[in-house]
Amino acid sequence: MVGKNCFAIASDRRLGVNLQTVATDFQRIYKIHDKLYIGLSGLATDAQTLYQRLIFRHKLYQLREERDMKPPTFASLVSAILYEKRFGPYFCQPVIAGLDDDDVPFICTMDCLGAKELAKDFVVSGTASESLYGVCESMYKPNMEPEELFETISQALLSSVDRDCLSGWGGHVLLVTPTEVQEKTLKGRMD
Amino acid sequence: MECVFGLVGDGFALVAADTSAVHSILVHKSNEDKVMILDSHKLLGASGEAGDRVQFTEYIQKNVHLYEFRNGIPLTTAAAANFTRGELATALRKNPYSVNILLAGYDKDIGPSLYYIDYISTLHKVDKGAFGYGSYFCLSMMDRHYHSGMSVEEAIKLVDQCIMEIRSRLVVAPPNFVIKIVDKDGAREYAWRESIKDTAEVSAA
Repeated sequence: MVGKNCFAIASDRRLGVNLQTVATDFQRIYKIHDKLYIGLSGLATDAQTLYQRLIFRHKLYQLREERDMKPPTFASLVSAILYEKRFGPYFCQPVIAGLDDDDVPFICTMDCLGAKELAKDFVVSGTASESLYGVCESMYKPNMEPEELFETISQALLSSVDRDCLSGWGGHVLLVTPTEVQEKTLKGRMD
Repeated sequence: MECVFGLVGDGFALVAADTSAVHSILVHKSNEDKVMILDSHKLLGASGEAGDRVQFTEYIQKNVHLYEFRNGIPLTTAAAANFTRGELATALRKNPYSVNILLAGYDKDIGPSLYYIDYISTLHKVDKGAFGYGSYFCLSMMDRHYHSGMSVEEAIKLVDQCIMEIRSRLVVAPPNFVIKIVDKDGAREYAWRESIKDTAEVSAA
């Protein structure tokens, strides 16, 4: 979700195999650099493989260009990497959030084939995405301050995952402003 | 019907696995060791298709040894787990292995750790994990009775409770189990839990 000169990215913490929950502390949001985060929902193994490939590409980019990748550039990179596997895709739906030039927040989501969807307010992905769309649409207001944004995204996440049996077991929220990053763990319905 | 489960205790990690080698309705043997000692301080409990299991775990074991010979120092548990995951991930979209793995290890400055690696190479560091039909019973038992920092006695009691649960509640329950432990003194076999012993060799008349 986008706020005033800041963004927040949140995920649930369940690692499961169909109906069985394997772990309740699974990390789904990964840091690319200080002002760029990617959340990968979907098949855990593909999320891990994709994350390793993206970090590899970003490190090479850093060595060549001597600076961090800008969020829109990174989004195009993710899109290209996903489309490379058009006929044997990575089964993940990424959510990318970052601070662009002049600390303008940038968010986008993609399907598993790399179809980019830019938005100015919020983006969602995962098994509870329909729920999330509904809740975010009603709770979102433009230009929220960091504290209010954090509150809104946490409530949105918790209410949506409560209605989805495959998501939940707590939440993980990262609030990124130009000066700092706040990472918080949410305790929701543990079921 | 294969079961592998493991947990992390106070300064140790243990992995238990059933010991039956089964082909459709026939039990070939009931003393098949499915927990491989990877190196001095690592255990690899594996379950899945028999050929893949033996082949893949031996491959990992030899590569772990090779690293130690080449570089003079052993791999950390995390490194071994990530290597295993990488091998499974590379093979996944070509000719996948169907092996589920629990990798337990002890590192001097990190302590004990347990890694859950499933057959599609999902890697996660856990305190307790289980695979197979037995996991439905083991995970619930461990959710109830596990706490961090268990002593060896408490952990073995919990393992025995899990084995009891599997034996009494799983329809084609494996009769025998092997328990292996890894701590600062190394990886070693701890005990067998046998309810059916293979008959002794009969000499030719």
